[in-house]
Amino acid sequence: MTSPLRIMIVDDEAPARNRLKELLADCAASFPHEVVGEAANGREALDLMSREPADLLLLDIRMPEMDGIEVARHLLGLPQMPAVIFTTAYDVYAIEAFEVNAVDYLMKPVRGERLLGALQKARQNRPPGPEQLQKLAQRPRTCLSVQERGKIVLIPVSEVIYLKAELKYVTIRTLEREYLLEESLTNLEQEFMANFIRIHRNCLVAKASITGFEKVAEEGEEAHWEVVLKGVEEKLPLSRRQQYLVKEFAK
Amino acid sequence: MPSINQNAYPGALPNFRNLGILLRILLLVNGVCLVAAALKSASMQQALQEFTTIAALVEPILILSLLVLMLANPWLGKLPFYRGAGVVVLLELALTTLVYQLGASFFGSGIGSLERLWLFCLLMTAALIVYFNMRSRLLSPALAEARLQALQARIRPHFLFNSINAVLSLIRSDTKRAEIALEDLSDLFRVLMADNRQLSTLQQEVDLCRRYLSLEQLRLGERLQVEWHIDNMPHDAQIPPLVLQPLLENAVYHGIEPHTESGVININIFLRNDQVHVLLRNPYQREGVHHAGNKMAMENIRERLSLHFDVEASLTATLRDDSYQVHIIIPYLRAKK
Repeated sequence: MTSPLRIMIVDDEAPARNRLKELLADCAASFPHEVVGEAANGREALDLMSREPADLLLLDIRMPEMDGIEVARHLLGLPQMPAVIFTTAYDVYAIEAFEVNAVDYLMKPVRGERLLGALQKARQNRPPGPEQLQKLAQRPRTCLSVQERGKIVLIPVSEVIYLKAELKYVTIRTLEREYLLEESLTNLEQEFMANFIRIHRNCLVAKASITGFEKVAEEGEEAHWEVVLKGVEEKLPLSRRQQYLVKEFAK
Repeated sequence: MPSINQNAYPGALPNFRNLGILLRILLLVNGVCLVAAALKSASMQQALQEFTTIAALVEPILILSLLVLMLANPWLGKLPFYRGAGVVVLLELALTTLVYQLGASFFGSGIGSLERLWLFCLLMTAALIVYFNMRSRLLSPALAEARLQALQARIRPHFLFNSINAVLSLIRSDTKRAEIALEDLSDLFRVLMADNRQLSTLQQEVDLCRRYLSLEQLRLGERLQVEWHIDNMPHDAQIPPLVLQPLLENAVYHGIEPHTESGVININIFLRNDQVHVLLRNPYQREGVHHAGNKMAMENIRERLSLHFDVEASLTATLRDDSYQVHIIIPYLRAKK
C-alpha cells in the first residue's frame, strides 16, 4: 500500500482553489490523498514546497507575476521533482503546446471524473522535464533559481548585474552576492536577450547595469575596453568583437 | 456565404445636425465654387476675385440653408427619402430666390440672372443628396458589420470560464451569491447577444459594467478595487452599447490580474459643455509586451463611436509611468423616451 498522495493547490483565484478542494474531497473515497497546502501565487508555492513538500501540484498557468510554467521550471531544482497537473480556463497557445509536448493539463471548470483520471495517471507519468517546460514557456522567466540546502532560492532577473560562465557553472552576480547556476550561457542569452547583452564570450551583462566603458592600457599589452557597472567596483573586459557596443552606448 | 445585409437599402437624408455632415456640405459647396471660379479665369489673381464675387452670393444661401436644414432636421428625418429629397430641393430653390431678390435690391442687377443661379442650386443640391445617400449606403453594411464587431469585441473566453468556475465554487457554500452571479452573467450575455445597432443609454451601460465588475470581484476578491465618480453623469445620454464594458475588461485584464497586490480602477463620467466625458484609469506596469487584443478592442470601439457620432466623438488613450487612461468624449444626445 502506497502512502496517500500529498497534493498542493496553486491558483491566484480563491474560488478556483475552493472548487478544486471540493472536487478533491469528492475523489477522496476512490483516491486517498491529502491536501498539504494552498498557494495564491508562484512564490508562495515554491516557499511552501520547501516546508511542506508535495508529491503533486495542481498548478494554474495564468497567475500574476510568476506563471505556472515558470513555477514548474523552478521546481526542477528540487531533489525530487513533484508531479504537475496544469490547470487553465482558456489559453489557446498553452493548450496547443501541452498537446504537442504531452504534458498533462485540466481545463477549468474541471470535471470531477477528469480530475480523478488525471490523479490516477499522475503517479505513473514522469514529471515534465526541463526541455519540455522550456518549450511550454511563453515568456522569459522573472527569476532564476538555485538550490541551497534543499531550498529553492529565487533571484529576480531584474536584480542580476551579470552572468558569467565558468567551467561547469554560470555565476550570477547581484549587488549582494554571487550564486552558482547550472545552465548554459547560450540558453540564458536566448531567453533574456531583451535585457541582457553579451560583452564577452563568457559573459552577459544586464543592459540597465552598464554605466559606461573605460579604455585600459597596461604595460606591454594592447589597450582594451572594460565595462563599468552600476553598484559594483568590479569591471568586466569587453571583447574585441563586441567593441561596437561602446559606440552604441555613446548614442 | 449568406450576406448580412440582404434588405434593399431605402435611402436616407443625412442628419443635418451632425457637425461632420455640416462640414462636408460647407467644404464641397465652396470647393465647387472655387473650381467654377478657376475655370472662368485666366490668372490666379482673377480666379480669387471671381471666387469672392461668387462667394458673396453663394455663402449667404449656404449659411441660411444650413440653418433652415438644421431646424427642419427632425421633421425631414421622418419623411420617406424621395419626398424628403424633393422638399430639400424646393427649399433650396426658395432660399436661393429669396437671397437673390434681397441681393438684387441691394446691388442692382449686376449679379447675373436668377435662372442661372437656380440651375447651379439645383445641380449642387442634387449632387449633395446623391453623395450623402451613397455615403450612407456605403456605411450601411458597416453598421451591420459594427453589430458583428460588437460580438467580436466580446467578453474574453478566459473571463467566461473563470467566472463559471467561480460560480461552481459557490454553489455548495453560498447559494445566494451563486444565484446573483448567474443572474449577472446572464444579463451580460443578453446584451452581448442583442442587436447592438441601436444606441443604449449611459445608465444602462453603467449598470452592465457594475454587473461585470461584480463578477470579476468574485474571482479577484480584494485585488480589484473600483472607484466610481458618476454624480454628474447624464443618465439619459445616448451611447453605443458595449463601449465601456470592453474597456473595463481591458483594465482588469492588463491592470489588475497581472499583479498580486490590489489595484484601483477609476471610473469618472461627467457632463461638460454639452459633451459627455468618460475617463477610465487603471494601474499599468510596462513590461514591453504589446497587447494585440487591447488594440483590437480599442479600434473596434473607436470605429463604432465614429459610425454613430462622426467627428463629434473621440477616444484617446494615454500611457503614463504607472497608469493607463482612456478618455472618451461623445456629444450629449438625450435618449428618446
